[in-house]
Amino acid sequence: MGRARTIARRSFLIGSAAIAGGVAFGAYFVTRPTPNPLLDGLAEGEAALTPFVKITPDGITLIVPRADVGQGIASTQAMLIAEELDIDPGMATLDPGQPHRAYFNGTVAADGLSFPGWDKGFVAETVRDLMMNVARLSGSQFTGGSSSTADLHETLRRAGATARETLKAAAAARTRLPISDLRTEEGHVVLPDGGRIAYTDLAADAAVIAPVTDVALRPASEWTRLGKPYQRLDIVAKSTGTQAYGIDVVLPGMLYATVRANPGRGGGLADYSADAALAMQGVQSVVEVNEGLAVIANNTWFAFQAAQALEIDWLPPDYPASSAEMWQALSDAHADEFRNSRLRDEGDVERALNRATKIESEYRTPFLAHAALEPLSATVLVEKNRVTIWTATQVPHVVRDAAAEVTGIDAANVILHALPAGGSFGRRLDHDYVVQAIQIAASMPGTPIKTTWSREEDMSHDFPRPLHMARGRGTVEDGRVVAFDLDTISPSLVASWFGRVFIVPPGPDAMLVWGAFDQPYAIPNYRVTGYAAPPLVPVGSWRSPGACSNSFFHESFLSELIHAAGADPLEERLRLIDHADSRRVLEAVGEMASWSGADIGPRRGRGVAFAYTHGVPVAEVIDVTLTEQGIRIDEVWIAADCGTVFDPVNAEAQLTGAAVYGLGHAMNCELTYENHAVQQTNFDAFEGMRLHHTPRFHTQLLGLAERVRGIGEPATAPAAPALADAIFAATGRRLREMPFNKFVDFA
Amino acid sequence: MDLTINGTSHTVDLPDDMPLLWALRDGLNITSVKYGCGIAQCGACTVHIDGEAVRSCQVALADVWGEITTIEGLGTPDALHVIQAAWIEHQVAQCGYCQSGQMMQAADLLERNPEPSDEDIDAAMSGNLCRCGTYPRIRAAVHAAASAMREA
Ligand code: FES
Ligand code: FES
Repeated sequence: MGRARTIARRSFLIGSAAIAGGVAFGAYFVTRPTPNPLLDGLAEGEAALTPFVKITPDGITLIVPRADVGQGIASTQAMLIAEELDIDPGMATLDPGQPHRAYFNGTVAADGLSFPGWDKGFVAETVRDLMMNVARLSGSQFTGGSSSTADLHETLRRAGATARETLKAAAAARTRLPISDLRTEEGHVVLPDGGRIAYTDLAADAAVIAPVTDVALRPASEWTRLGKPYQRLDIVAKSTGTQAYGIDVVLPGMLYATVRANPGRGGGLADYSADAALAMQGVQSVVEVNEGLAVIANNTWFAFQAAQALEIDWLPPDYPASSAEMWQALSDAHADEFRNSRLRDEGDVERALNRATKIESEYRTPFLAHAALEPLSATVLVEKNRVTIWTATQVPHVVRDAAAEVTGIDAANVILHALPAGGSFGRRLDHDYVVQAIQIAASMPGTPIKTTWSREEDMSHDFPRPLHMARGRGTVEDGRVVAFDLDTISPSLVASWFGRVFIVPPGPDAMLVWGAFDQPYAIPNYRVTGYAAPPLVPVGSWRSPGACSNSFFHESFLSELIHAAGADPLEERLRLIDHADSRRVLEAVGEMASWSGADIGPRRGRGVAFAYTHGVPVAEVIDVTLTEQGIRIDEVWIAADCGTVFDPVNAEAQLTGAAVYGLGHAMNCELTYENHAVQQTNFDAFEGMRLHHTPRFHTQLLGLAERVRGIGEPATAPAAPALADAIFAATGRRLREMPFNKFVDFA
Repeated sequence: MDLTINGTSHTVDLPDDMPLLWALRDGLNITSVKYGCGIAQCGACTVHIDGEAVRSCQVALADVWGEITTIEGLGTPDALHVIQAAWIEHQVAQCGYCQSGQMMQAADLLERNPEPSDEDIDAAMSGNLCRCGTYPRIRAAVHAAASAMREA
């Protein structure tokens, strides 16, 4: 406890010139033309080898560029480096670094393709490689898509190994001992006579020798940290109130601001009067920002009060005014002219549908807010030729470029202190709140200003999960599912989000059908068609985008067909599944739950669902009881396979947390619109799961899949369909629309 | 106005109707007390007044009736409270944003009920939202803290 651990500031990077003998290690300095951000500011003669490990006489700093939004990735990144570097990561300083293309995320780009993750064929793999390179060249430093571990696990271990071997070479040169006689341990090179040289003592030597790059990674059997239960490096801070989040930044002379934006997103400002607001206590000024107005005051509370006192005439946005009209727009988009993709088309679906009695169903999922518990916030200081930003973001490179664009100050002079987030779930893939904070700070150069959105702003100006609907048609014969045809209809998330942060990529929107087209079932006649409805409100990635709705449609409709066939929901899935990793998780969850059918007694029911998302197969079984007060969720079993698990305690937390997120929103959350505005503006109307709803969880990560994948999102998607399936087993009622509390009560 | 926080007295020059939450956060830079909803729906702002868990977003400064305890008053990294030690042992926190409020609520519960059942924990803690879904570990940590406190 009480270990020396801090999130370093920019001073480490630009101030390192003053530190004699600094050295920075990483994986890319030879193989990649990517410039090393740690090079800037090193003095003559110092070697900065690359982006992830920096050793100076004062200590060891690990650069952990993926944003920690609660998923624990800062720790995991540090552990991956530490395993090869032979240090106690608790003694190192963790620094998210500055946005830089050396920290590009190739996996997230490769995953966004029109190939199912389990397709390891030549074409799919070639295009994935291509996308990795596109990401590298564009320097996209996203944290998202459960991609961090998958993308970085080798890179970070290699960075640790390179640093270790170079330090050994430096020690060998100094002691004139053969390198093969040296070993490393807890931040030291150990000599044959037991003498020890601290890495920090070797920094200057290591800086001037050729780095050792030809290093083999240690096999899992030799790991001493990875794969074992360990404490998250932030756990003490987060259990003592000492973790500072973006919203907690305190600077001398700081002012506080808030925003009041048009409740109809994207409508403009017709006219306003700030007189009443300006007359209120503590208020300094009112400024125009993107989407509305901001109040600057000397306490956030004063700003909140004054924002309510602004008199504003808003202009209407260009989307339909009500939820009813939006549903109609989706329904109308179920037409050939809106057809966007047909990435799954096997057998002869039309013929099969005409041969037997068709089963047809329609499903709906609502808009949903991300509603991380920490409301959006950013602190910005604009100076003559410099912008400094303190915030939590999943897109640091986008924030940097936006700051340059808004202020006209060179991007090289934008300093970003990337701080941990109090949740995100995809919300911080957008940077609208940071842009407003920059605009606010730019109105008072020299004064740091913290902008905090009220919960009401946060809920009503989210980029929500899109409204989504699906229509299924299918047939069964002889106790088997024979035809499955799913049309899924939603505004394009890719067009909306990429349009805001990058450019809209050409080709079909695979996210529109994620969780449906890419499921590893071998149904003889199997088709999934995506329809891109016209844009409604601007939408965003919500934990398991696409799949968080599509899996509900796909698995629910599959369950309906299986029920019609008179087959067992787990057995028939096992018969249809055509992918070894996926079969194993279904078998595992069946064993864990002692599956013997959906009927588990009077007023009780058991449901199952499977989803393959983010390259991870997940199966969930849920038991419910119909009590006097309503449905109670009793038990949840989850089996998943993300390949090698580096951080088991945290991985378990991600499985259960993702399932809680999926279940809570399926139970009782939706955003609806009236007069263009969100109707649910706080947690009284958007509750999610609370402790008294929480079931017992039983989880298993099989660790058998060949590829390492991330586990932050995959357990979200199958949670809702498993719950709906259990409710059907208990009540005979098939719920085809979220939230379920429109139709049943929850205890 | 004078406030006693974790045994230390502070003077703030802020209006009577300002919620205690904002006096603590922006007036006194005590940012461990979190803003989540402002309407008593999330529990992130929970502190103790005279040992009782209250939502600081709902208590006007003029109405503060006693000594305030924040999470720092419960324990520190070098001198952990039993509840904090249990939270660490069970690795409860994900983003951690809700957890100061969760622990302050748990402290209130265990003060009144040293051996709570699952139902007691549900009843006492359901006002504290955790958007990351750490609930199973919260339950386990409350039980662990309860038994550690009984043994102490
Ligand atoms: S901020 Fe006080 S209960 Fe949510
Ligand atoms: S740990 Fe994130 S809200 Fe509870």
